[in-house]
This record gives sequence, C-alpha cells and structure tokens, in this order.
Amino acid sequence: MEKSVEPVLDIRDLYVEYLTDRGPVRAVEGVSFAIQPGEVFGLAGESACGKSTIAHSILRVLRPPAVITGGQILYKGSDVLKMEGSTIEGFRWAEVSMVFQSAMNSLNPVVKIEHQLTDVLMKHLGVDRSEARKRAEELMDVVNIDKQRLAAYPHELSGGMRQRVVIAIALALKPSLMIMDEPTTALDVVVQKDILQQINQLKKEYGFSILFITHDLSLMVEFSDRIGIMYAGQLVELAPAGKILSEPLHPYTKGLLSSFPSITGARAKLSGIPGAPPNLLDPPIGCRFKPRCAEWEGLEMEKSPRLREVAPGHMVACPCNFPGEASGVN
Amino acid sequence: MSSTEKTTGTASAGGPRPVRKRRLLGQRLPWLYVIARHNQARLGLALLLVLVLMAIFAPVISPGDPSQSYDIINDPPSHQHILGTDPQGRDEFALMVWGGRVTMVIGFGTAALAIIIATLIGVIAGYFRGFVDEFLMLVTNLFLIIPGLVLLVVLAAYLKPGTGTVILALAFTGWAFHARIIRAMTLSLREKDYIAAAVVAGERSFSIIFRLILPNMTNLIVGGFIGSTIYGIGASTALSYLGLTRMTDISWGTNLFFAQNGNSLLSGAWWAFVPSGVCVALAALGLAWINFGMDEISNPRLRAERELRKALGRKATRRVRATPVKEREH
Repeated sequence: MEKSVEPVLDIRDLYVEYLTDRGPVRAVEGVSFAIQPGEVFGLAGESACGKSTIAHSILRVLRPPAVITGGQILYKGSDVLKMEGSTIEGFRWAEVSMVFQSAMNSLNPVVKIEHQLTDVLMKHLGVDRSEARKRAEELMDVVNIDKQRLAAYPHELSGGMRQRVVIAIALALKPSLMIMDEPTTALDVVVQKDILQQINQLKKEYGFSILFITHDLSLMVEFSDRIGIMYAGQLVELAPAGKILSEPLHPYTKGLLSSFPSITGARAKLSGIPGAPPNLLDPPIGCRFKPRCAEWEGLEMEKSPRLREVAPGHMVACPCNFPGEASGVN
Repeated sequence: MSSTEKTTGTASAGGPRPVRKRRLLGQRLPWLYVIARHNQARLGLALLLVLVLMAIFAPVISPGDPSQSYDIINDPPSHQHILGTDPQGRDEFALMVWGGRVTMVIGFGTAALAIIIATLIGVIAGYFRGFVDEFLMLVTNLFLIIPGLVLLVVLAAYLKPGTGTVILALAFTGWAFHARIIRAMTLSLREKDYIAAAVVAGERSFSIIFRLILPNMTNLIVGGFIGSTIYGIGASTALSYLGLTRMTDISWGTNLFFAQNGNSLLSGAWWAFVPSGVCVALAALGLAWINFGMDEISNPRLRAERELRKALGRKATRRVRATPVKEREH
C-alpha cells in the first residue's frame, strides 16, 4: 500500500452513540481506518458490533437517536462531519453511494425500475427525462440486464436482478466510493458469486473503492484487499486479507475464523467463541473482549487498548504481547 | 476444553451487568411514561383532568341548584356571581361547572359507543372479507356519505330528547370513518405470517381476532377514541346550541343556546358565552394534545427524533437532515 497517495476515505477516531432512555449506547468507539483509491476494504464482525453504524455515519444517514460524538470522516481531505445541509446532499450518492443491507427492499414496489434509476440522475445531474432514460439504459447494460426490463416493477424481477438494479443505481453518478452493506446476504451462493464478480469487473472499469461489510468471513477474505475486524464497537484487528486468514493475531479474530469450516484444511471441530458480546450501555472497562478471551493474561487496563502495528500493515488492538515485538503494552 | 469452560463460567457468573433502571412507572406502564415525558401530552392530560375534576366535584365547587334563577339578569361579573348571570338570571359560574357533566358524559359515551361499533364492524369486515366485507362496507360507506349534521338534526327531532339519545345519535353518525381505518389495518395484519401460523395451529377466529389482531391496533383504537371524544363534545355542543336537545339539561351547549337566545352577543354580555365556550375549546385542545403523545407511543421514531432535538438543544430543526455531530470528551 503506497502511503503517498491520498486515501479516498480516512476515518479518524470516530465515535457514535445512540441516545436511549437508559443512557447512551456506545455503538462505535475510536474507530480509525483509511480506504485507498481502488481498494476493497472489508469490515467484519458479528451482528450489532457497529459495522452498519460506521457505514451509515459516513453518509450521515443514521437516524435518531444516533449522534456522532467525535472524530473525523475525511473524504478526499474534506471533513464530512463539518458539511452542512445542502453540501451533504450533493456529497451523498455523487461521491459516496451505498448499496443497502436489504437491497431487495430498498426498491419502491409501486414505481417502475426506469423511474427509480432516472430519479437520481435527474435530481443530481439536472438532465431531462430523455437524457436520463438514455443513461438508465446504459446502466442496465453495465449490470447485464436487458433494457426492456426498465419498464418492469421490482416484483417482476428476481432477487439477483433486483440486487443488480440497486447496484446500477449506486453506480449512476460514478462515485469514488461505494459502500456495500451486506449486499449479497439474501442471495444464494451462485448468484452471490455472479454478482461479486460483476462488481469486481465494474470496479476495474470505473476505478471506485469499496467499503464491503459482511459477516461472511470467507466471502470477505476472497473479495477484499484489506480487512478490519470489529468487536463491540471497536476495531480490534486490521490487516491485508491474506494475513487475517493465515496469521490472525487478535483472539477474537482467531475465534471468528474457527467458527466456520475450511474446505481444504484438516477436519477440526468448530469451536466458536464462548460467551456473548457485552452490553454497550455499560461495556467492560479496558479490553472489551476480556471476559470471553481464552488468552487473557490477567492484565487490567483503565482504557481500551489502541490499535498498534505489530507487523508491516498489520494492526491489532490487544493488551497481550506478540512474538517479534519489543514491548506490547502501550 | 477445561479452560474454555472456565472462561464461560466466569463470564456468566458476572452475568449481564445491571443497566441503569428506568423509573418504576416506566416499567409497569411504558405508555404512561411516554405521556409523562411529552410536554404537550402532559399539558393536555392536566387540562382534561382539571375539567373532569371540575365536573365530578360540581356539587362541592358550586353547591346548590345551578338552574336557580336570581332576581338580576345579564349581570356582569361581581362578588355575588363571579361570572355574572345569564339572560335567565342564573349564575354563570354554576352553569359552567355543572355544564361539564352532561357535555363530558356525552363526549366520552359517544366515543366509547362509536369505537366499539367501528372496531366490531371494521375487524369483522377485514377478517372475514368476501361477502361479509362487501356488505359491511356498503353500510359503512352509506353512513360516510350521509351528511352528519343533517342526520343528527333529523334523529334529534324524532327521538325522545335526553342524554342517552344524543349519545346514540352521535355514535350513529360518527363510527363509519373509524370502521374503515380499522378494516384496512385488519386486512393488512391478517396477511402476516403469525396469523397464518395461528390459523394452521387451529386457533379459533374469535381468539385470533381478540388476541392476535386487536392488540396490534391499540394505537388506532385509542387514537380513534380520543378523536371521537372531541367529535362528541363538539357535535353535542352544536346540537344544543341549535336547540335540538333537552333544554332542562345543563350542558356547555345549552349555556351557549341561552346566551344566544338572550342576545348576549349583541348586548356585549361576554360572560354569558365565554366561560362555556372556552371550556369546550379547552377540552378539545387537551384531548388533541393527548393524541399527539399517543402518536409517539405508536411511532417510536417520532419520539427518538424529538428527544434527540431536546438532548442537542436544537429547537429550529424540524427534521434532522444529517446525523448530528456533537463532540464529547472520551
């Protein structure tokens, strides 16, 4: 990874809270990572660890009672968190677009595909209907759907086609970054693969970066360049995809990897991770994984461990020492 | 394995940490908790409570027969009669205090009856569909297109005058609108999978309707009840004002009738009509405000948005267009 290139997205020390009746839920705490041009950055972790919260906070589309309570989200150098009403509306979709988690449900069931596509074009580019229609046809070509289907309603399409339409809408304004929040969760593996290949193809053509979110680790390792592992609102490990798979360092990452079977490796009993994630209304002090950690060395800390680089490009937030390191604890 | 078990043991021994407790009231009756925290609803509840208590304790607040005539008519407010006397020489304060009894009994009675009719017809039509639905909706639509006030006048003229008659007449003309809403909601609820599961499990229609469908429409029914109460109070006042109810009853409406009859408006005797008029308006206002609070109970998003505004001290933003940012020490 070249450090001289300016990253497309640089998240620094992001904090997000949900204000509830019972106090603030600290959904994201001190998360930092950067996405380089053309890179696929994967964000993994179990349900409710804050993956989607991060994705939504990049576009600032988190609904109440969410509040961003600290940090910076730099898009090509400008801070998204400092943008005001109309600026952020121009920024959304044109610069960063999103394929939502329930892509099947993000299409309006009573509006034809054509209008859902032309809508975004007319609104952002100010083109007229016939021009928008022409572009919509091109977009349908790009995602390999017959132009005729522009006249269809969402329920007349298959799940995979709907997914592709949603991707086409996300591509419409040629954004530099596309956030994909579990884009293929509802699809079977064959369609899944088909769509991911197509996204890869499009990425080469258009040169956008992808923030890819899923809890399907095997899919993620295959698809991403770098992977960030999240636990209880914090980033616990960040490394190139291959490294995560071959030499995971954080005990949580190891636990995640041993929770699904490998096709080629030796037959091993799947172990999983004992216990349950902490309540984010009142998370454990110090390392949040401590109560479930099999390798905990009895070290108490006042603050959560920060990410530190233990090998080139391999960051981990764990109070334990790792081989090849002078002094682990910061 | 043993080390894993040990970890699990310690994790579960600590158990889920106790979360800061909601006030006891909120745990027992969550909806009351919402009402209590909603400024408008609280104000509305207080308003209504004052009026209801005034009506209940009328014999204590204003002892004696309210229809007793004094020697002096159209007397402006004085020490003897704090709100003056009406064109019949009756004490205006006593009339206002006692008038609330009949008016509010009619209001709540009408609402209860109208909502019971509406719920029965709506749920039966929506649940059984087909011919039953066709027939019941034909009847409902008939009632919807008959001009309410005209039917009221006709009914009031033919039926024996009295409080019960007014309630009957008003409920008769006021149920159709709510029946349609409840039918629509029933139609959508009965398509849900959990209803299908109950049908397959052999649950009887009666129990499906009352245990599985009705509880999901509590907000509609309560909202409808409050709305109908406003209607009942307003319409009964209008009927009395037109002289179509029994004039020996004392209600806010008959007070207005006698004020009008005695040309109080022309002679500038404001004390004859302002007290009762204001009471009707306040009762309606209080009920409407309570309904706003009810809205938030059934739609938590509204509540989240409002509480967020409160927490951030933003009064101007009607709608949050981007996730708010509020820096905080971490």
